[in-house]
Amino acid sequence: MSNQRESGTGETTYREAIRAAIREAMLEDPRVFLMGEDVGRYGGCYAVSKGLYEEFGPERVRDTPLSESVFVGAGIGAALGGMRPIVEVMSINFSLLCMDQIVNNAATIQHMSGGQFNIPLVIRMATGAGLQLAAQHSHSLEVLYAHIPGIRVVAPATLEDARGMLATALEDPDPVLIFEHAGLYNRPGQIAADAGAVDIDRAVVRRKGEDVTLITYGGSLYKTLDAAAALAEQGIHAEVIDLRSLRPLDEATLLDSVRRTQRAVVVDEGWRSGSLAAEVMARISEQAFYDLDAPLARVCSEEVPIPYAKHMEQAALPQTETIINTVKKCFGDRND
Amino acid sequence: MTTVTPISQAHALELLQGMVRIRRFEEKCAELYSAMKIRGFLHLYIGEEAIAVGVMQALRPEDSVAATYREHGHALARGLSMGSVMAEMYGKLEGCCRGRGGSMHLFDAATRFFGGSAIVAGGIPLSVGLALADKMQERANVNACFFGEGAAAEGEFHESINLATLWKLPVLFLCENNRYAMGTALERSESETDIHLKAQSYGLKSEVVDGMDVIAVEQAAQRACDAIRNGEGPYFLEFTTYRFRPHSMFDPELYREKAEVQAWKEKDPIKLFSQKLLADGLISDTDISRIEAKVQDEITAAVEYAEAGQWEAVEDLQRYVYSERGHHE
Repeated sequence: MSNQRESGTGETTYREAIRAAIREAMLEDPRVFLMGEDVGRYGGCYAVSKGLYEEFGPERVRDTPLSESVFVGAGIGAALGGMRPIVEVMSINFSLLCMDQIVNNAATIQHMSGGQFNIPLVIRMATGAGLQLAAQHSHSLEVLYAHIPGIRVVAPATLEDARGMLATALEDPDPVLIFEHAGLYNRPGQIAADAGAVDIDRAVVRRKGEDVTLITYGGSLYKTLDAAAALAEQGIHAEVIDLRSLRPLDEATLLDSVRRTQRAVVVDEGWRSGSLAAEVMARISEQAFYDLDAPLARVCSEEVPIPYAKHMEQAALPQTETIINTVKKCFGDRND
Repeated sequence: MTTVTPISQAHALELLQGMVRIRRFEEKCAELYSAMKIRGFLHLYIGEEAIAVGVMQALRPEDSVAATYREHGHALARGLSMGSVMAEMYGKLEGCCRGRGGSMHLFDAATRFFGGSAIVAGGIPLSVGLALADKMQERANVNACFFGEGAAAEGEFHESINLATLWKLPVLFLCENNRYAMGTALERSESETDIHLKAQSYGLKSEVVDGMDVIAVEQAAQRACDAIRNGEGPYFLEFTTYRFRPHSMFDPELYREKAEVQAWKEKDPIKLFSQKLLADGLISDTDISRIEAKVQDEITAAVEYAEAGQWEAVEDLQRYVYSERGHHE
């Protein structure tokens, strides 16, 4: 297992990578514990914590009542009391029930106290659509948290980030929210046997290209990479950037790419109005406007609560085809 | 001569001074508010001093305290210096929170004072978490959490009592029932107005205590702390009390009768306690004068400290949003 580092690579999934990260953190630091709804005996709504209750027991893998506000608030208090809690909120939609604790306490106490207290808390939650879970389990509300000074917001898209962001988040002295895309949990792949902590500050170029920059994060990364592959066959070489950190945004990586490609499309599963995409576009406009050869564009979810029926749900979400078409429009003038 | 006051003279003077200190400090705050030295919201604790002073007697330095936006009294009784609290209300760098918090958000790491929460019931989960940390690290501390009766209408009140009781966490729940949630009377907002009964329904020990009687408060807090330190889980105390002043400095008090306010002022915890101590012959008028003079000196010094304080440099605005690397473990 993860504490027995080996060379080579092994087959894993996004879910297993997160589990390995939690397990490793709990083995390495007795202050770390996991708390949330059905994380213990049940094994986690998305089976992320399966087996941990049996291994670590009910004190360190704590099943909570359906009381988001108090168990997130208790995570804040426990962090203040010297522990290193990992709090799992079952779904981002449920996190609205504890938004008070996150926004009014976790994000503010350091500032209100003039720097006397810091809150080393990690909150994990599932986000995103694609599993036909309808309008109360499928939304991408990360932007609500990315809006808030005082917390860090990250979104692992790759197996390496699923495996490595948690350890770094636990080392961070401040609250870190980790958004795991529900559609990625089953995603399989190879991961280095010694995969470990990764930075949680920087955006990463996932595919090199010189014609256009595609900026995305989380569950939309793979659709965007597919779009970039298809575009390459049509002679458009897209660079794909995975934001990874939604707050703070790694502007340097974004701007460096956009200044080279002079075109940018943002792909974001959130709704367009007030979206992260809007923020990314605003920053590019502010700082690289004169480098642009085309208007900035974005692909977001349709502005409807996510529907249940599969064809309707898919119609509401960013799709590879939509991304391809939106990118092509950025080159409209070249074809005129 | 036998006394009916079951405490020593020294302790009686300590309690009296603790209450007078809060009363006079806040009277000064009201004055400074009118003089525009203090701004924002200012919620005075006047009338409720016996609770903070009584409860703090039972707490130890390693215990934690979380309070509400009406927390000047708790901060002073817990041991924050009057100067640092006054400077905070002035918004000065010398304030306990460098002027970042103000009247509603007093914090102090040295005395384990965790605010100052201005979200009703929002501070209660923090105490539950601090208690969880104590339990997991096997420390026999008490985590005291003050809130008003208005908090009983919030979900976090119920979630917190349930979880603390379920996990047998060392939380001391302290409900200051002053009968009005801002301007809304308890009877107008709760179908069941017996707050301690609501708490009791979660299966923890719960008592109603006369919050105008500092000795009754201290004794109840001591009982509760003993039980908590003994590993019996959380404890709930409801204190009946009354705020003599308006909710904040903006409150025209249209929602309560002057006669009601007057009737409660007859139960003034400072007046009743001094009368009792005088009647018992435990203290003299000279003792009271000495306390008043001492407190006055402390207030004068606190105001001078705040007046002489500096404004934090605007260049530092972005500090304390995130930890400065290297400052924390």
